[in-house]
Amino acid sequence: MKPSHLARLVLLLGLVLLLAACHREDAQPWRLTDISGHMPDLAFQLTDDTGKPVTGDDYRGKVVLLYFGYTHCPDVCPLTLAHLHAVLQRVGPKADGARILFVSVDPARDTPAVMHAYVNAFDKRAVGLTGTPRALEALSKRYRSAFTREPSDANGQYEVSHSSGIYFFDRQGQARLLATPAASQDDLVHDLYLLLETGK
Amino acid sequence: MTLRSLPLLLAGLLGAGAVHAGQADHVHASAAWIRVMPAGLPAGGYVTLRNEGDQPAVLDGASSVAYGSVMLHESSTDTGMGRMRMVDRLTVPAHGQVALAPGGYHLMLTGATRAVQPGQKVRVTLHFADGSALAADFLARPANAL
Repeated sequence: MKPSHLARLVLLLGLVLLLAACHREDAQPWRLTDISGHMPDLAFQLTDDTGKPVTGDDYRGKVVLLYFGYTHCPDVCPLTLAHLHAVLQRVGPKADGARILFVSVDPARDTPAVMHAYVNAFDKRAVGLTGTPRALEALSKRYRSAFTREPSDANGQYEVSHSSGIYFFDRQGQARLLATPAASQDDLVHDLYLLLETGK
Repeated sequence: MTLRSLPLLLAGLLGAGAVHAGQADHVHASAAWIRVMPAGLPAGGYVTLRNEGDQPAVLDGASSVAYGSVMLHESSTDTGMGRMRMVDRLTVPAHGQVALAPGGYHLMLTGATRAVQPGQKVRVTLHFADGSALAADFLARPANAL
């Protein structure tokens, strides 16, 4: 083979690789971590912030953003929920097809009434879920999440350390994406919009 | 002690006083706000502290007549776990600044003496290790403020 042919071949090979790379990007449009097929679908038996018993099936047809937290958390939980509110606002009216499920890791203090006041301070599409310690632990474990109650202070107040990920489920209740609280608003808006557009 | 050494002692004390008085005097507070939560739940307080002095200023507490307790905390979400820890002292370096901001250092304000409404200003006093203090007005903002 002449050197000029070899150069042309290398160039062609490079072009093929480049096209393959572009194609792969098309197949993987997500900016957040894709967990499709790696986490179980949305299933739980809890109580919502109006005091009504609910299951995962009650949210089929909605895109669900699941986040564990507690109402006595003054910094990280409000920051995450404020971010999610801003994301829903940026997505626009379509975001009415989404629900933020804020699941308590502090059932001793988080009554439905407290949860109701708390979630509504952030977004009307946010639902507070609480339940028995057993049911909450089951849901947490289902998504390989964890929480630990820290020792109480002199006033009986305590913090709860908890997994800070945000789990996205599609309208069929399939686990699809995982975001960290550090995820950019742009990436959250991008992926939520796509998820709302698919499988209607 | 002889009478002659008294002026020296006094001068020493005054000198010491001048050195210690006023870590707070060199600190400027800006962007001070409180994330107001419903149902009397604990609120987060945020502020940027700039130290114009030649010595570090060490924040070691805060208080407010509007809240029963104000504590200095630090949040972290590394390793995927959201955690909070108490902070005894926070140093604002000489000619430097420290930001108490969401997701990191913050004040935890609990036991509001009466409901704080968004838009109100809440006076918070920041206490420094040398006993000096700085009062700053924190703007109450809604829970979902960013």
